[in-house]
Amino acid sequence: MSLLKLDNVSKSFGMLKVTDSVSFEVAKGEALGIIGPNGAGKSTLFNLITGNIAPDEGAVYLDGVDMTRKPAMSRVQAGVGRSFQIPQPFTHLSVFENLLVAANFGGGHHGHAADDFCMDILDQTGLAGVADATSGSLSLLQRKRLELARAMATSPKVILLDEIAGGLTEGECVSLIQTIKSIHASGTSIIWIEHVLHALTSVVERLMVLNFGKMLMIGDPAEVMDSPQVKEIYLGIEV
Amino acid sequence: MTPSMKSSATKIVALIALIGLALVPVIGSRAMVQDLFMVLTMLVLALNWNMLAGFAGLVSVGQQAFVGIGAYGMFAAVILWGLDPLIGIVVGGIVAMALSIPVAFFAFRLNGAYFAIGTWVASETVRLLVAQWKALGGGTGTSLPKGTTKDMFGVDVIKDLIDGSSSAAADALTYWLALALAAATLLAGYMFLRSRMGLGLQAIRDNAEAAKSVGVDPTRLKALVFVLCAFGTGICGALLFIQITRVTPDAAFSVVDWTAFVIFITVIGGIGTLPGPIVGVIVFYALQRTLADYGTVYLIVLGLIGISVMLFARKGLWGMFSARTGIDLLSLRHPAPRRP
Ligand SMILES: Nc1ncnc2c1ncn2[C@@H]1O[C@H](COP(=O)(O)OP(=O)(O)O)[C@@H](O)[C@H]1O
Ligand SMILES: [Mg+2]
Repeated sequence: MSLLKLDNVSKSFGMLKVTDSVSFEVAKGEALGIIGPNGAGKSTLFNLITGNIAPDEGAVYLDGVDMTRKPAMSRVQAGVGRSFQIPQPFTHLSVFENLLVAANFGGGHHGHAADDFCMDILDQTGLAGVADATSGSLSLLQRKRLELARAMATSPKVILLDEIAGGLTEGECVSLIQTIKSIHASGTSIIWIEHVLHALTSVVERLMVLNFGKMLMIGDPAEVMDSPQVKEIYLGIEV
Repeated sequence: MTPSMKSSATKIVALIALIGLALVPVIGSRAMVQDLFMVLTMLVLALNWNMLAGFAGLVSVGQQAFVGIGAYGMFAAVILWGLDPLIGIVVGGIVAMALSIPVAFFAFRLNGAYFAIGTWVASETVRLLVAQWKALGGGTGTSLPKGTTKDMFGVDVIKDLIDGSSSAAADALTYWLALALAAATLLAGYMFLRSRMGLGLQAIRDNAEAAKSVGVDPTRLKALVFVLCAFGTGICGALLFIQITRVTPDAAFSVVDWTAFVIFITVIGGIGTLPGPIVGVIVFYALQRTLADYGTVYLIVLGLIGISVMLFARKGLWGMFSARTGIDLLSLRHPAPRRP
């Protein structure tokens, strides 16, 4: 049985159909990449999976359980962790406390075990040095790392990452890929929206292309990237 | 100073203040006991309102509902059921907590200004209902039976202790209860905010959408705070009216006395900070003492000060002081554990 399943999910904002009958499944431990032009509906798809937005039609299942009517917080507790494309830190809390909230409420970790768990993640994401800094004082890059770290702290079965590699130096990108690979190696499923294609393709096993809310294609990353349709729509190359 | 030295220093200062205040009925005048009783009860109300508005984002202007129902619960316990007023205090707290559940059910459907108006409407409704309660005097209210406070549990012992009249002993008893309630409310508030629930509450305050996305349930946490604060406010209302000994619906459900002044205290002291209400209540008392003879001018000055603080020092006097000096008493921070 798949871990996550979307069944004919649709969502419109007014006249604009942002998600158009999208169906796909993600297996336990699988890493799926999502690409598509700006405004294609990628982030909206995440919001539909996490419960931040309710779909007009269709259903979302986690572990075979229908989550469609469940609020965001129950979905986190059930194992859907997410990062926001535009970082949303708890600005008056420290970096450590940002993770502590997530570990306590989303991850079900308590007491000293939660402290240790959070510190491990901060080490892994290179944020240990700013653990006590107010998250409102972080640079954009650090905020993006915090998004990843906080999502990890909810102990997700599937982690949704929304454009976390943009603007990184080559070195930073390599260490980010390493972190994501180690999340993957621990058996967590990953869905990763990313414009930095080499980073994405070095991790994911399957790639989905979204355009105007429709799922154009899903499959082997190399094959998808090679298809004339993707080259034309996504890369804007006339074939 | 290291953080641990600072925290011990805070504890020592708090202990000295507590002992000093506890000695007032023994060494101070009765007028002083009565004055400080009002200060302490206002502090309790302010601590509760600060928890609601400053930490849970629930800007209620209907807290007089819980003061009033707490007071009436106590009166019912004494007059109708013949219980000791001290037990009446607990009854008042429980009744207020019970009332908060339907109020929350109604008001939690509303947001922002509508929530504020909704809590006020709820309070007015309860006031009108209580005014129909003939057994407790209806609209004109009622008094505690003569001698009730002098017969309270503990008054005899206190009488010998402070070497005064029975009424002075009753004042001393209610004063100590107010002191204990203020200390307990402050401590409970601090412990709650330091707990995982308090952390969740602070996360909601920063970003509700993100808080949901890490598993925090805002409605549940806020409802919990609302119910607990109703309990504290109800207990305080019962205690207040033991001291006042007479209750009317208008006095018990007064939005000016039990909410407007309380908002003033919290806002000038520093909303959303724990020491804020303490600073606020001291300033409020000082203003009251200096301006009390000027009637309405007093209210106008209070209003002007309140507005100036809201405009120019949004975190109140404590927030301003804290930002200037870097001193953070009763800190809610969770430092990251040090690791080798
Ligand atoms: N809450 C919303 N209300 C109205 N329109 C929205 C909302 N969220 C996204 N949109 C619109 O939906 C489209 C898809 O947005 P989004 O999912 O963020 O795209 P992507 O992440 O692929 O860039 C855009 O045209 C955007 O303006
Ligand atoms: Mg997006």
